[in-house]
Amino acid sequence: MTKTLAKTLTDTRPIRLKGRSFLAIVLSPELPFANWLERLDDLAARSTGFFLGRPIVLDVEGLDITQADLKELLGELGERGVRVMGIEGARGSIVGPNMPPLMKGGRPAGDIEPEPDPAPKAAEAATAGAANEPVKKAAPAIEVHSTRAVASIVIAEPVRSGQSIIFPEGDVTILGSVASGAEVVAGGSIHIYGTLRGRALAGSVGNASARIFCRKLEAELLAIDGLYKMPDDMDPKHRGQPVMVWLEGDTIKAERLA
Amino acid sequence: MAKVIVVTSGKGGVGKTTSTAALGAALAQRGEKTVVVDFDVGLRNLDLVMGAERRVVYDLINVVQGDAKLSQALIRDKRLETLFLLPASQTRDKDNLTAEGVERVIDELRKSFDWIICDSPAGIERGATLAMRHADTAVVVTNPEVSSVRDSDRIIGLLDAKTKKAENGERMEKHLLLTRYDPARAERGDMLKVDDVLEILSIPLLGIIPESMDVLRASNLGSPVTLADVSCAPAIAYRDAARRLAGEQVPMTIPGERRGFMNKLFGRRAA
Repeated sequence: MTKTLAKTLTDTRPIRLKGRSFLAIVLSPELPFANWLERLDDLAARSTGFFLGRPIVLDVEGLDITQADLKELLGELGERGVRVMGIEGARGSIVGPNMPPLMKGGRPAGDIEPEPDPAPKAAEAATAGAANEPVKKAAPAIEVHSTRAVASIVIAEPVRSGQSIIFPEGDVTILGSVASGAEVVAGGSIHIYGTLRGRALAGSVGNASARIFCRKLEAELLAIDGLYKMPDDMDPKHRGQPVMVWLEGDTIKAERLA
Repeated sequence: MAKVIVVTSGKGGVGKTTSTAALGAALAQRGEKTVVVDFDVGLRNLDLVMGAERRVVYDLINVVQGDAKLSQALIRDKRLETLFLLPASQTRDKDNLTAEGVERVIDELRKSFDWIICDSPAGIERGATLAMRHADTAVVVTNPEVSSVRDSDRIIGLLDAKTKKAENGERMEKHLLLTRYDPARAERGDMLKVDDVLEILSIPLLGIIPESMDVLRASNLGSPVTLADVSCAPAIAYRDAARRLAGEQVPMTIPGERRGFMNKLFGRRAA
């Protein structure tokens, strides 16, 4: 079966896997939910359509709830037109198969203040039928109080199995090893002053000039700008060596470092 | 000053419970008041290894939920009067452990013990994270094989992220206890060597426990190996590890290797 499939696959171009980050609104419900939903309704009444079509992440960190509670809450939110794209801070056991996926590794990006709805004005405009008068959109002001983007970070410890370092803004330098089952995702280049046993994904937001450097290559996966290489595709002579990896066209190249 | 130690590993069957009992007994033999706490709710074993399975009346869950006083649940060892056991419940599961309840119990134990040794369940779920949450020091039990080493690496990451110490911005002290080490098999390449494990995990070495029938025999007798046969190789290795935990400088012995090399290795790792 797989054999015939492999035969018909004439186009062998690799599939590109890319990272992209979006700004989502995080809702942190509080117990009791009924009370919190009431306050949410009040907010929604004051700025209609605030949640419409927006990606919402539900942060349930620290809430002592069961799967049934979460399901009910998601149902209540669904009725209000709030579409939850992911759940943060939940125990894996309370997220059911039909629920949005668990998300982690989120970074804060400032508070989002919903603007009071200019509904009366809009209604006025609508009744006047004034097409030339621009209707003020009920767009909430998204204030991002991020500090100016830093181009690189330094991780002074080994990256342990199961940890991910995600830094789309730029270069990542690690003063230690990256364990099997760990991953480093950087918008720019990745420098590892230790053994790379896990995954390294450089240029994750579309940067073909990003490179990966490591003291000792034992990687489970290497990727630059969405093109990736598995250990089986790597030249065995680079195993255990200090190596630099870069992209030339659509080919991942590697070279031993002196 | 009471010290809370979590004995953890991620992977099951590597010797957490055996090590908890052996280290607990070795510390108690030094005359310091020690309690071993079983966090493996639903799959308790520490009571068996301590030989106290028929003396359990109240357990950790009863104390966490306020149904029993701590003094009612603590079981004093029949061989050592400085050694106590706080057993887990066998009929409940880990969801019965609450963060506040565990904190209360640990705070209360701190008042009357020198050493509180928490035997973590396998895995990275609620039981394991609550067992490590209030620890001052972690003993990471690892076998010299790849799956155990990777699971230990994962646990070390959690110790640096999910514990009270980590949340307060402090560093959790972590020690590697390499168990079931067989020098002949390591030499043949069937097992990872001590150096390989240390290179991957990069935490200081607390001790190397040789693979031995004495450990299994002691468990089946319901006795920590450090009490069952004080002169067998694993008992000596555990006692040395306990002395290092207490801050003593004890030269490291790697089973099956010459002494000059052992000193060199220990000197380097201790730096």
